[in-house]
Amino acid sequence: MAEARQTSRRQKRAALSSAAPLATEAPSLPPVIDDWFHRKGWQLRPHQVALLKAAEARQSTLLVAPTGAGKTLAGFLPSLISLSRPRFEKRGAGLRVLYISPLKALAADVARNLITPIDEMGLKIRTETRSGDTSAARRQRQRTHPPHILLTTPEQVALLLSHPDAGFLFADLETIILDELHALAASKRGDLLALDVARLRTLADGVMTIGLSATVARPSELRAYLVPQPQPDTHIYLAHLVTVSGGAPPDIRILEAETAVPWSGHTARYAMREIYDVIRSNKLAIVFVNTRMQAEYLFQELWRGNDDNLPIGLHHGSLDAKQRNKVEAAMADGSLRAVVATSTLDLGIDWGDVDIVINIGAPKGASRLLQRIGRSNHRLNEASRAVLVPGNRFEVLECRAALDAAEAGSQDAFLSRSGALDVLAQHILGMACAAPFSPDALFAEVRSALPYSDLTRLQFDRAVDFVATGGYALRAYDRFAKLKATDDGLLRVSNARVVQQYRLNVGTIVDTPLLKVRLISGKRTRAALQGGRPLGDIDEYFVEQLTPRATFVFAGEVLRFEGLRDTEVFVSRATASDPMIPSYGGGRFPMSTHLAARVRGMLADTSSWSALPEPVADWLRLQAHRSVIPEANEVLVETFPRNSRHYLVAYPFEGRLAHQTLGMLLTRRLDRAGAKPLGFVANDYALSIWGHGDMSDMIATGRLSLADLFEQDMLGDDLDAWLAESSLMKRTFRHAAVIAGLIERRHPGKEKSGRQVTMSTDLVYDVLRRHDPGHLLLEASWADAASGLLDIARLGEFLARIKGRISHQPLSRVSPLSVPVLLEIGKEQVYGQAHDALLRDAADALIREAMGDI
Amino acid sequence: MAGLKPERLGLDDFADQPISICGKAFRAHKSGALYWPAERALIVADLHFEKGSSFATRGQMLPPYDTRETLAKLARAIDTYDVETVIALGDSLHDVRAVERMNARDLEGLAILQEDRDWIWITGNHDTVLDKRLGGVVLNDVTVEGITFRHEPAVGAVTHEIAAHLHPAARLKMNGTVLRRPCFVGNGLRLVMPAFGSFTGGLNVLDEAFHPLFDSDGIAVWMLGQEGLYPVASRMLCGD
Repeated sequence: MAEARQTSRRQKRAALSSAAPLATEAPSLPPVIDDWFHRKGWQLRPHQVALLKAAEARQSTLLVAPTGAGKTLAGFLPSLISLSRPRFEKRGAGLRVLYISPLKALAADVARNLITPIDEMGLKIRTETRSGDTSAARRQRQRTHPPHILLTTPEQVALLLSHPDAGFLFADLETIILDELHALAASKRGDLLALDVARLRTLADGVMTIGLSATVARPSELRAYLVPQPQPDTHIYLAHLVTVSGGAPPDIRILEAETAVPWSGHTARYAMREIYDVIRSNKLAIVFVNTRMQAEYLFQELWRGNDDNLPIGLHHGSLDAKQRNKVEAAMADGSLRAVVATSTLDLGIDWGDVDIVINIGAPKGASRLLQRIGRSNHRLNEASRAVLVPGNRFEVLECRAALDAAEAGSQDAFLSRSGALDVLAQHILGMACAAPFSPDALFAEVRSALPYSDLTRLQFDRAVDFVATGGYALRAYDRFAKLKATDDGLLRVSNARVVQQYRLNVGTIVDTPLLKVRLISGKRTRAALQGGRPLGDIDEYFVEQLTPRATFVFAGEVLRFEGLRDTEVFVSRATASDPMIPSYGGGRFPMSTHLAARVRGMLADTSSWSALPEPVADWLRLQAHRSVIPEANEVLVETFPRNSRHYLVAYPFEGRLAHQTLGMLLTRRLDRAGAKPLGFVANDYALSIWGHGDMSDMIATGRLSLADLFEQDMLGDDLDAWLAESSLMKRTFRHAAVIAGLIERRHPGKEKSGRQVTMSTDLVYDVLRRHDPGHLLLEASWADAASGLLDIARLGEFLARIKGRISHQPLSRVSPLSVPVLLEIGKEQVYGQAHDALLRDAADALIREAMGDI
Repeated sequence: MAGLKPERLGLDDFADQPISICGKAFRAHKSGALYWPAERALIVADLHFEKGSSFATRGQMLPPYDTRETLAKLARAIDTYDVETVIALGDSLHDVRAVERMNARDLEGLAILQEDRDWIWITGNHDTVLDKRLGGVVLNDVTVEGITFRHEPAVGAVTHEIAAHLHPAARLKMNGTVLRRPCFVGNGLRLVMPAFGSFTGGLNVLDEAFHPLFDSDGIAVWMLGQEGLYPVASRMLCGD
């Protein structure tokens, strides 16, 4: 959608200016800023000059730069110049610059880094942050007496815009700076932000946007995101582009351990000694993992062998803010040697002098790897250093592919997407809270935001209707409508409670319910479950698995589960050295298509195997001998018997999510074909289905056709039928229902309101599917499922790609390549299975007990 | 009986389960309804008609299809057995004004179900009065063949009672999976029925609200699945 369909006049102008030699004709800086540069011994860099010139022409600009290029200062420089000028005629509250970042921590970090130069320049510029943690009094004051520069998050902007005084607050706005735009744009938060920016443009005439982004594959989509799209049907307008090229190429290697890489798993336990040695020989290392569970596990293991007592910290999103702050401060002042972290540290927060990044497990995407590697070294001309530690043999291939991609400088494509309808519904309500609105005007404004440029009037009207009455085919709620028409054709909120509801439910981040973990003394009895130091938050589903006195690892400690009270989990310190380690739930990010293609290519190219560790190369040679190595453009399907069962293993390399969906669908088809499938398992690279039927024989005798089995039409009826019962789909629906405001968020302290009153969104989903299958929320969840949890879009591309390219190998025994996925059997729970089987087992257990096996 | 292994029963064998209360034989159905063959009576609890629209009056636009859904489920249960009498055990309406919001088609559907059979509405805390348009007979409680049907279970070790109100649900933990489903809960002398309405949640049977009803006798639990009703040992259950 967002590929530039036609260059516009504006873009031509942009192209011209970026081609001009910029560094030679630096614009003159105001004396205070010029002096400051002199005192620092700095000169304006070419990209800073380019940005200043664009700003002078009031051109919105995307600045693409690797870490360490001084993006943030470049982004603020035009605003500092503007704010240092004495002449300014105030029309509104005096807020001139709005900086929006995906993380409140990032906003706080930037504030720190911005206030120092402002003070050194002696400028009278007020800079403040605003987040959910900001005190109510301060937030109230910021609406009437805002600072010159406000640093905040998309959710806070949405909240500010929902107030009737938004027009006054933003009347003086000159510049909107969107940081880490690559991380934000292609998500529901990005949709919300795009809508908010569209409104800001309406409120502040001539406001300019500056987007800051890490290197991306196709900057044109981010450029289009930054400017209004007044004629989305015929033209896509682009912002000006400034690119900082260069930087030393990163220095990346794959860790070689004495112990051979294991067949499966993600823990990298085999390489603990070598990881520790890397930490010991560097000043400050960040050890990146993909999930919180991995972080806890690795942290525990590192300390187990920490003979030198190196200060090693732990940082992940579930930890208590106080604990996280402590680790961050320790990093900044150099008193740590290593931090084990999840993606909370991915984004551009500058935590100190990191000189090496250790990435555990597969990086899942070339851009993600580059982003993480960029955390080491913030100086542009020095190479960032990174060590990749694959967790298993397939991950060796993936690490190798990512490394090649990083060296070639190639990046994953930024996926263009249509704005989510649930987010649109939330925005419409927010706009109604601010002031009565004209549907025509709001529709035009919404369409000017890139993600919604292909929104139809029908979809918009349905979203408005959804906000007003729930949008049901059965017009039952017109008299309870939340939006009412005024005499002059505007829509207004029907009462104050609607506004209150909106403010409590704003935002697009829907978490599974979190419970607070508190540490108490183990000697206390169950009756005294109270008080205790907070350690952080933990997913409700995780707690559900715990039995009292069970030990687990959290916040870097071995803890014993003492009990649950309301929304708090009480734990005590356990002395057990061997805790019940929670099983690893798999990488949260599926491998990117770009990387998957590289892995397939590397597998097919036998000459590239010499770059792999010897055991891995041996493994592939054995596979070539026993079965075949699939060509890069085909999919290999193996069938073989094992332990009186028959297995079918396919290697699509499309990521766990797509494989799970594929597994579900293939199982249904195999069942119909009479292959009597019993179960399946999937990882990022392959999937395996097993059953009673001899699938080799069925294929040989023509009773089963692989071409039919992998026929694209499985995405039709089979998918519908399966989705209906899929718990993933229900979870997707819950998210959409919360974002759209159908279901209210659970707020701390409100959960106690009695379970028999609350009902699950599953019931709502089932009822809607039966009675209102065309409902807006079902459409929104379907769109999410296609790109998100179920990766249906990717599966569709896969099925199209392999049409006529299925290579079948009937084997007499297990193939080497299939071992990793077969080892996953029993490790993970398959979603969507009928719960009746479980209940029947429970009933059987009771019957057995009753009959007595004497 | 050495060597006798329980056979895994077919799905049909789980569609309903025998439950005996003070010697009277009932059949509990997977839908959450209870059938009394001797009286040819079907008992359902906590229908909560118009719960969706009740939320809508307060600005939360839940789907308006719950009444329709519940009626369809009720019709299927009535068709399963040869039912002469239906007893709705209270909270049939989510609030006293629910009938005003009911769709005409749903009211008609209810009237069709009531043709050729007796219909008893027991009052509940949500529906202290019932609109005449709902037809049937309205009672605070009713005793048939020594068994008393009422909305709120009487406190203490009462026997000969079938009640509702608490929306019992059970949480089963098995093979690393946790499953929470509505359930029948009883002790052979009294029974609490699951909520039948399509938008109703549940209260865990291990909650202290159930303690005064079954004291130390122990409880028997039948959990509702998609395809059947399953007796589950209480020691396999866990709290929320």
